[in-house]
Amino acid sequence: MAKMTLEELKKLRETKKRELEKREVTGKDIEITVGMATCGIAAGAKQTLSAFLNELEAQNLSNVVVRQTGCMGYCYAEPTVEIRMPGMPDIIYGKVDPETAVKIVRKHILGKVLINDHILDKPAADIMKK
Amino acid sequence: MNAKTINIKVNGMPFFVHEGTTVLEAAKLVNVKIPTLCYHPDLPAWAACGICVVKVEGSPKMFRACSTPVEDGMSIITHDPEIVEVRRTVIELILSTHPNDCLQCLRNQNCELQRLAAEFGIREMPFEYNINRIPVDDSTTSLILNPEKCVKCGRCVKVCQEMQNVWAIEFLGRGESTRIAPAGDVLLAESPCIKCGQCSAHCPVGAIYEKDETQKVWKALQDPSKHCVVQIAPAVRVALGEAFGLEPGTLVTNKAYAALRRLGFKGIFDTNFGADLTIMEEGSEFVERFVHGKGELPLITSCCPAWVDYLEKYYHDLIPLFSTAKSPQAMVGALSKTYYADKSGIDCKNIFMVSIMPCTAKKYEIVRSESMYSSGCQDIDVSITTRELSRMIKSAGIDFLSLPDEDADAPLGIYTGAGTIFGATGGVMEAALRTAYFLVTGQELKNVDLTDVRGIEGIKEARIRMAGKEVRVAVAHQMGNIEKVLDLVREAKAKGKELPWHFIEVMACRGGCIGGGGQPYGATDEIRKKRLQGIYKDDTQSKIRCSHQNPAIKQLYAEFLGKPLSHKSHELLHTKYTPRPLYTR
Amino acid sequence: MAFKNYVLVCGGTACQSSKSEEIYKNFISELEAAGIKEDVQVVITGCFGFCEKGPIVKVLPDESFYVEVKPTDAKEIVAEHLVKGRQVKRLLYQGEETKKHAKVEDIAFYQKQFRIVLRNCGVINPEDIYEYIARDGYAALEKVLFEMTPDQVIQELKVSGLRGRGGAGFPTWLKWNFTKEVNDSPKYIVCNADEGDPGAYMDRSTLEGDPHSILEAMAIAGKTVGANKGYIYIRAEYPLAIHRLEIAIKQARELGLLGKDILGSGFDFDIEIRLGAGAFVCGEETALLASIEGERGMPRPRPPFPAVKGLWQKPTVINNVETWANIPVIILRGGAWFANIGTEKSKGTKVFALTGKIRNSGLVEVPMGTTLREIIYDIGGGIINGKKFKAVQTGGPSGGVITAEYLDTPIDYENLQKLGSIMGSGGMIVMDEDDCMVDIAKFYLGFTVDESCGKCAPCRVGGRQLLNYLDKISKGKATRDDLAKMKQIGAAMKRASLCGLGQTAPNPVLSTLTYFEKEYLAHVDDRTCPAGKCKDLITYSILPEKCIGCGLCARRCPVNCITGEKRQPHVIDQSACIKCGECYSVCKFGAVMRK
Repeated sequence: MAKMTLEELKKLRETKKRELEKREVTGKDIEITVGMATCGIAAGAKQTLSAFLNELEAQNLSNVVVRQTGCMGYCYAEPTVEIRMPGMPDIIYGKVDPETAVKIVRKHILGKVLINDHILDKPAADIMKK
Repeated sequence: MNAKTINIKVNGMPFFVHEGTTVLEAAKLVNVKIPTLCYHPDLPAWAACGICVVKVEGSPKMFRACSTPVEDGMSIITHDPEIVEVRRTVIELILSTHPNDCLQCLRNQNCELQRLAAEFGIREMPFEYNINRIPVDDSTTSLILNPEKCVKCGRCVKVCQEMQNVWAIEFLGRGESTRIAPAGDVLLAESPCIKCGQCSAHCPVGAIYEKDETQKVWKALQDPSKHCVVQIAPAVRVALGEAFGLEPGTLVTNKAYAALRRLGFKGIFDTNFGADLTIMEEGSEFVERFVHGKGELPLITSCCPAWVDYLEKYYHDLIPLFSTAKSPQAMVGALSKTYYADKSGIDCKNIFMVSIMPCTAKKYEIVRSESMYSSGCQDIDVSITTRELSRMIKSAGIDFLSLPDEDADAPLGIYTGAGTIFGATGGVMEAALRTAYFLVTGQELKNVDLTDVRGIEGIKEARIRMAGKEVRVAVAHQMGNIEKVLDLVREAKAKGKELPWHFIEVMACRGGCIGGGGQPYGATDEIRKKRLQGIYKDDTQSKIRCSHQNPAIKQLYAEFLGKPLSHKSHELLHTKYTPRPLYTR
Repeated sequence: MAFKNYVLVCGGTACQSSKSEEIYKNFISELEAAGIKEDVQVVITGCFGFCEKGPIVKVLPDESFYVEVKPTDAKEIVAEHLVKGRQVKRLLYQGEETKKHAKVEDIAFYQKQFRIVLRNCGVINPEDIYEYIARDGYAALEKVLFEMTPDQVIQELKVSGLRGRGGAGFPTWLKWNFTKEVNDSPKYIVCNADEGDPGAYMDRSTLEGDPHSILEAMAIAGKTVGANKGYIYIRAEYPLAIHRLEIAIKQARELGLLGKDILGSGFDFDIEIRLGAGAFVCGEETALLASIEGERGMPRPRPPFPAVKGLWQKPTVINNVETWANIPVIILRGGAWFANIGTEKSKGTKVFALTGKIRNSGLVEVPMGTTLREIIYDIGGGIINGKKFKAVQTGGPSGGVITAEYLDTPIDYENLQKLGSIMGSGGMIVMDEDDCMVDIAKFYLGFTVDESCGKCAPCRVGGRQLLNYLDKISKGKATRDDLAKMKQIGAAMKRASLCGLGQTAPNPVLSTLTYFEKEYLAHVDDRTCPAGKCKDLITYSILPEKCIGCGLCARRCPVNCITGEKRQPHVIDQSACIKCGECYSVCKFGAVMRK
């Protein structure tokens, strides 16, 4: 009667965990995560998201996943964006307006150069990783 | 009852009470009076006003005595300087929203807020006045809403919604703009209000009250061209004395007659005569339907005008079940301007008929439909409540308690025990069965005390055998109790099942008319029970206890009406009903 | 080509004042000199939040964390670490406990924030149940359904010491246990998501960022106490959170994690969303339950408590969003792990919405026991515009103010209460010298008067009277006697109001009166507003000797009440002036005076 059994859930979890870690699984190894909580949206995160999508298309980049997430906590610096890609440190950028989004695609993703005046950091422990 | 007993202390005094007792009730048991305002024994504790706060040892908080159940080992402190100071501040805050015009208020000397202010020795108002200026609503025939005086105790809303199930009024707005009014701020007359007046009977202050029509009565009494006659309802005689310091339930019938004469009425009649007459008409109706199958069953009584309004609004599909007989007051009214007019040789236009009722809805009944003008004039000119009459007696300087006992005038003042019990819940049914038994079997009941239909229980049932058949009856009082009964009737009819009852009596007010919306303030079940005892005493000490044995009734039929349900009876003593919308706006 | 190394120099204010700009420049030149400019990128970041050990320099990808770095150290770091690959040990952060050199991830102290409630916020896509599952989502529910008894769950909660995060701080295990022990059915689980405190949005972000954590927690509660139905009562002003919750519920149902026979355990549980309609009082638990029942949102007397007689008079567990978010972690990590965090009586973390005159406003989650100073200065970055700290307000309209002398108080339920405030739901509003305490009290009381349900006299009438007095004070029309009356009314409201709204409404007034009595007396006796906020008590005027007649103020004035010829001293028409302060803030010559 149950839609999913205990064993099925455990297996599902393992699969998804591995997927999250091995980003190359789907051939997309670059991840742009945009904070889409109310504070972010109020600061223009939707426009930032569109700017990313447009620029990625303009640059013909197909190995980039653009995803959304909730509030990272830096409400004073919204819109916030996290960029993860092999070979570069994971970086959180703040105050990412559409113009900065374009810069991130060109300088950070393509040029592998960090953008100096927008970097935040994560001074909060991730209790799930331990 | 196997309720657990609990040990508590009140102000250091140890004693035990049953589980489920509130702090307020427990204190009362040891004669400690905790002041309250919004609390009323008829209703579950609303816990709003904040005056009944007490301390419980071991807790830093204060608790509301009305709603806090006692717990084992609880040590309650009902009075200390801090508690009194908090209560006093709360009263001062309430007073700051209340117009300071006791001297012009109808609740002067009879007001719960006034009593609290006096008991707490309030001598000044430390805060600025902040009164919600909302206009008075006097749209109905019977009641006046005066929101300026409202202290938001919530009693009227709870009574109208939970006790009476009418839902005419509700809390609107929030915070300081909270007010009590019908939904959508329509006028009371545009709402489902049935004018039962229970709201006014529970209001602690002068925020809801009956329309005072005593001036109309005074005017008529002073008009030499008017021949003023009066009828007094059964329930009034066991409650009028309370306005003069007598115990509830004291029978003051004969003093009332004397007082009315001294006020200037020329004809002193008794609604109980009308009650006996109602039994003749309605009893015959029952025989037609039950024995001869003409008309629908169950037969439902219709002497309560608030109940009539309720059914016309909420259950108008059941209108065919109503007895078409008018209420006792309406019958006396119609006869006073025809039968009595003929007998005394006075034109009905010059007769001014006043009825003294425990009821606010009667003010509505007398103009309810065309049939209330069956005599050619308005059958009853004014209906006033027990409260209004007591004010008239006082302002006329009549020393009620020292009045001699006098009689009413014949023929419209002669009644039997069956007539007088109309004032009690179950009384109409009992009276009707006493006569119906005779009409069906031709024999008198050996024991006319049908105690199964008596008492304060919300719904009562009884069975009686007549001519080999079982008659099942139900009695309901307090409007909120009728929904269950009617839904069962509807269900039975819809499914073609056997009827649960053949005859149903309904009274809108708890206890029947003795608990009416126009009776002296402060009715609780304790007081209602005493008034009921008074009614049944009036019955047992009556020489004649069945309506059909009333000689004046027999004479009326012989001389004037012919027989029950005759054409003339139908003209004068019967009425029609019509579906009404819940909201007219 | 990516760089081989990245050097992140902390650019927070504290670090800046200790020369992070100089460090940055030195790194650039040293890298140039060492010839590896092309291999290393140096950037300045936002504040790391570890200000007492600043300036901070982080080197990636190996995540080395250098503290108390001097500008001259740049040379050594470049030479040793970046060229030769050897960390400069003397500059590495040393953990107090282990004295070992630690990586960024291991630095618990550096990480002042410890995200338990917000563990998934900002990490997962809240609209994807699989991401939640991958981060151990619904593993706690598995454990409760198949490996634990209800008593064991209660025991774990008891050991954890979790207290209700809605503000009252009642022990969660005790509340659940009451409901579990009552012999009545059906039982209900309710989530209070009617977050109404002005300035508080912790629950909103939690629901927007990690809705499944709440669903899982409620199902766990259902299994523990014997309930099969849950309600989430959420204010209609949170449309995004509602949307995300609806998606989450749908996805959970699709996977059979809500509904009948969850995971084959035989346990049924489902959740319904109910919307609030704009009444703050419906955040009070009994008013909330009344609202779900379709009644007016007015509180009911307690006892009986909802745990025993709640929704439709049935046993109901009702908890705040933040309390719920803690449950899955406590089940998975154990109560003992949770109890290790925080203080003796207040365990775990607390999420605060840090707002007001603060540089880094946002949501912070810190272990109980963190001091106010750490939150405001280390995490928050201090007061903006270089103004002076005046007070911090906690607990919303039910709380009070805390002054500078108590900034080193470790935050927990008892300590904040001792100071005359409360923890509340987590609102934390920082105020500076330009904020007037009378004005603050007036703001909060205006809120509670508007939101009062009106059922009980002490709150309905007392609140308005208090507000009127505050208004008089702010207009310079009050007397000392009025202050005494305010205290009398406040006492009656605290003792005799039916619910927490009325009982705590006087707190902002009483608290500011206690700590800032001089400010109140200035309004009452001297009819002045020292902070320059209360409009009736301030006047703006132009000093003719300083005014050069540039006309900027006149152009900015929203009511055009400043007149003057070019290069001539200008004049403000006092009868038209609305005291907005615009001229005061734009004048570059200090010619506008505020008295």
